[in-house]
Amino acid sequence: MEIWDALYQGIWIALQPHNLGLAVIGVVVGLFVGALPGLGSVNGVAILLPFTFVINSMTADPASPMIFLAAIYYGAMYGGAISSITLGIPGASTAVATTFDGRPMALKGDADRALVTAAIASFIGGTVATVFFTGFAPFLSSVALDFGNPEIFALMLLAFATFIGLGGDDIPKTLFSICFGLLLATVGFDQISGEPRLVFMNEREQTALLTTFGVADAEASVPFFDSVGWFSRGIQFLVLAIGVYGIGEMIWTINASRYKITMTETQISFKRIMRGIIGMKDAWKGTTIGSLLGFFVGILPAAGATPGSLMSYGVTKMTSRNPKSYGQGNPDGVAAPEAANNSASTGAMLPMMTLGIPGSPTTAVLLAGMVIWGLEPGPRLFEDRPEFVWPLIGSFYISNIIAVLVNLAFIPLFLWVLRMPFTILAPVIFVLSIVGTYAAYDNMFDVWLMVLFGIGAYLLRILDYPLAPAVLAVVLGATAEEKLRQALLLSDGNFEVFYNPFFDRDGKGQEWWIAPITTWIAVILITMPIILWLFRKVRGQHNEA
Amino acid sequence: MRRAEFVTAIILALLSVYLMWKSGEGPEWDTEYVHWSNIGVNIDGSGPGKGFWPFYLALGMLISCIWIIINAIRKQSPPSQSDEPFMDGYAAKMLLFVGGGLIAFLVLIDMISMYAAIAVFMLYYMLFLGRHPLLLSVVTSLVVPFWLYLFFDIMMTKVQPKGSRWIEDTIYNPAGEFFRSQSLIMIAVFFAISGAVLALSARASRQ
Repeated sequence: MEIWDALYQGIWIALQPHNLGLAVIGVVVGLFVGALPGLGSVNGVAILLPFTFVINSMTADPASPMIFLAAIYYGAMYGGAISSITLGIPGASTAVATTFDGRPMALKGDADRALVTAAIASFIGGTVATVFFTGFAPFLSSVALDFGNPEIFALMLLAFATFIGLGGDDIPKTLFSICFGLLLATVGFDQISGEPRLVFMNEREQTALLTTFGVADAEASVPFFDSVGWFSRGIQFLVLAIGVYGIGEMIWTINASRYKITMTETQISFKRIMRGIIGMKDAWKGTTIGSLLGFFVGILPAAGATPGSLMSYGVTKMTSRNPKSYGQGNPDGVAAPEAANNSASTGAMLPMMTLGIPGSPTTAVLLAGMVIWGLEPGPRLFEDRPEFVWPLIGSFYISNIIAVLVNLAFIPLFLWVLRMPFTILAPVIFVLSIVGTYAAYDNMFDVWLMVLFGIGAYLLRILDYPLAPAVLAVVLGATAEEKLRQALLLSDGNFEVFYNPFFDRDGKGQEWWIAPITTWIAVILITMPIILWLFRKVRGQHNEA
Repeated sequence: MRRAEFVTAIILALLSVYLMWKSGEGPEWDTEYVHWSNIGVNIDGSGPGKGFWPFYLALGMLISCIWIIINAIRKQSPPSQSDEPFMDGYAAKMLLFVGGGLIAFLVLIDMISMYAAIAVFMLYYMLFLGRHPLLLSVVTSLVVPFWLYLFFDIMMTKVQPKGSRWIEDTIYNPAGEFFRSQSLIMIAVFFAISGAVLALSARASRQ
């Protein structure tokens, strides 16, 4: 009963004019961001995070900035389908599976039906997941209240282990990406000893470098860049996130698309929308599978909306009586990934809000935003800040309704915007990335670093280095180190505190199971590729014999 | 692509070694500090030192790089199997023009202010890389920084770099005085008028 009261209050606050307005703007921005090829929810949320400082300062409501960003996240999940169907290019990686059947439907002249199916399935997926979220989140956070330093570090280890065991990317490159992201988070002042660490240049060396490059009046320029020292303040999370998702991804998309994108002509009208809604009876199976599977895949740290939508498509096809119709324009093939990516995006919020561990790069950016606004994500959030949590959950319901209505009503407008040449969109994104980074940190050094990270990210992406683990790692880095060091301090440097349930932590002879179980699952996931390799080798020898 | 895989892994391995060494550094003021004495797991009973976590992360990076190199030698990663160049002519040219344009943009911010640099960058991109009509390119490259100026400097009071003293005194100070004295409705009108000009120029360019 308590949950329903809190939810009712939350929905009421989310319906206040300022929050409703922010949700509408967020959904519209998200729909555009999702629809535009090369940009996904993570790009939109990362580039627009600096804009929420003004929302935070203008409204007294602590949930408002997050309602805006969460609405962008939702909107982008809806928007991805528009370009998948009409352009044949996924607006975001989360809508890749939508192209499999959405594009053939569009080529057969059924683009309107595919667009309506995608919108309704997204709405159902998002709403089902929000109901699950409302039920699970308070329970999970109450369990997590008892977690100590070893448990939290073990959970973080598990989050990184899933990238290695389930991520599907090159393992050593994923490992490199995780370590690199965690290491970037250590630059600056050590939070325990207070001493500087990995600070690559002091003020004297910075002035010398600027003089070498002919910057006139180098001493006067140093305060402009940063009077303390370039790396002393640490490497800000947004600098990496905007660099990777604003600059790097954009250069990648320019190279991949070569500015050439052609669009299928689409007719849309009220009558056609109604026809699409009635046609949903052919897509109920995909919608159901996507809604359920998407949520649980979304909770897993390395998974998120992209694998969730691909898996749902696969399962729907596998369980179909007519699997050959998939890829030819089957409405179930559009509904399954679309329901799943919306459901997974809500699922990914669950570990972020209750444990402080994000389930996807987008939720990592949201988590960083919460820290910037002075909130501490984790189990205590539900206890200490109900005025933040429940309006946000309420806004999930509201944003879903807004998103489906705006999506259906303004499909022609989105199609018009999609005709905007990429050579106008790309410089606008570059400019927003640079202005946004400066607005966030008032520092040109961070802007330079952001652009260099972006170019570096593009070069590494050509060689298949996954960058999402680095973004997640740089967000979790400071907490992971703090928990690890505090746990080791209490155990006198004994690592058994993480893996031995009988290790006597507090001198009372108590058994601690959660951290060891989590650690062992993480170890199994990390070693999974080796186990599978050995298994295949043994089976191969057995077959030969 | 194969050569690029090796070269990148070797550069990243060298970076990892440098970071391992750097993690072991002590504070500048401590002249008696012995390098790497801060990477232990329990130093004087007070838990891990400040170099412990970064040192082992850098070691993890180094191990990953060695693993990447071994995979490349055994041709097990897609880039090491590929005969395609790391960057074809188009990609190299694109990186030069886009990346070079971005670097020039950043250099210009310090000299002529953020908004003027945005105008120059937009004009360069649309006219030179996008080959859009002159009218549309000029109007877009004026309207976009104007919108950003109204949003950041006037509405959010998040002041962006203003370039030299002369530019700030001659252009931005009088402009700031004028726009800050306007009501929010008037600011919205300025947004709308400039948007209408942009839409008209897009229409004229299409015709």
